[in-house]
Amino acid sequence: MKDMEEWKEKPQRTALSGKAWFLQGMKAGVPIGMGYFAVAFTLGIAARKTGLNAAQAGFMSATMLASAGQFAGFGALASNAGYLEMIVTEIVVNLRYLLMSGALSQKVMRDKPFFHRLLMAYGVTDEIFAVSMGVEGRLHPCYMYGAAATAAPGWVLGTVMGALLGMILPARAMSAMGVALYGMFLAIVIPPAKKSRIIAGVVVVSMAASALFTRLPGLQKISSGFQIIILTILVSGAAAILFPVLEEKEEPKDAA
Amino acid sequence: MQPDTNLGLLVMAVTIYLVRALPLALLQKEIRSPFIRSFLFYVPYVSLSVMTFPAILSATASFWSGLAGLAAAAVIAWADGNLFRVSIGACVAVFLAELVI
Repeated sequence: MKDMEEWKEKPQRTALSGKAWFLQGMKAGVPIGMGYFAVAFTLGIAARKTGLNAAQAGFMSATMLASAGQFAGFGALASNAGYLEMIVTEIVVNLRYLLMSGALSQKVMRDKPFFHRLLMAYGVTDEIFAVSMGVEGRLHPCYMYGAAATAAPGWVLGTVMGALLGMILPARAMSAMGVALYGMFLAIVIPPAKKSRIIAGVVVVSMAASALFTRLPGLQKISSGFQIIILTILVSGAAAILFPVLEEKEEPKDAA
Repeated sequence: MQPDTNLGLLVMAVTIYLVRALPLALLQKEIRSPFIRSFLFYVPYVSLSVMTFPAILSATASFWSGLAGLAAAAVIAWADGNLFRVSIGACVAVFLAELVI
């Protein structure tokens, strides 16, 4: 990611077999699945409160694979919203996936058949997106399949268990697992920030702006899904204008 | 009309899939615009940063254990960068912090 040209200079990367990519993806998916389990457990409890049974909750998690989207879905179901409202809610809450999917569309290897793009789309979650963009150079679709193969079961299983068992895990364990996903985000963001002052600046500005959004009256009323979209567009847009990524050598140009 | 729950679940699942699939399906060509390329280059860093902070501070039982998790993750990510170790390290830090608190 830090240097998108690298894939051209390192042909052995692209020479990795699909199976090797899949295994790498599976490895990256394990901590995601663990984090998912904890979050999904609470999701399952919420599903029960909405009146869904464990099978419906599991179906929902398996097909949607989205935390905010599913929580919003409970709201829509609980208020007997119409189908159109459900559609609009899901589009708005998940709009960030549109951006992530757009970024992935440029990252994926060009020589792979089209159907891979349709399959990969299933795995576009915050976390799987994070590890996929963290891959050096171009992305093989099998990496995402591997990550989804170990991460998604944690999500589905957690939801079903939560719906069936409620709060049975010790509170301490739940609390500790709550940071697993954030730890992973930081593991994606910090190493490139170490190498590029611009990326480091972008990270700090993003976090500061995000903190501001949750504090300022008025702004804090914006749903978290929308906050992510607005901030992503604003900060990425500003960074793209101020520090364009050069065409020949794809690293942000250091102004200093 | 009362919407059917199962049909509602299906409608939402299809909607979210389309949101994820359309850009991947439609943006097949390499984008040439330097602005859009740069924009998409920064999207992961910004979106992940925005999602992490300050949310991590309220993800655990207390602010302080959340802060411990954040500090541990930041330090391990800086020194090591391995996804699994950063994640586990953050969890352990939270667990230990909550034993003390």
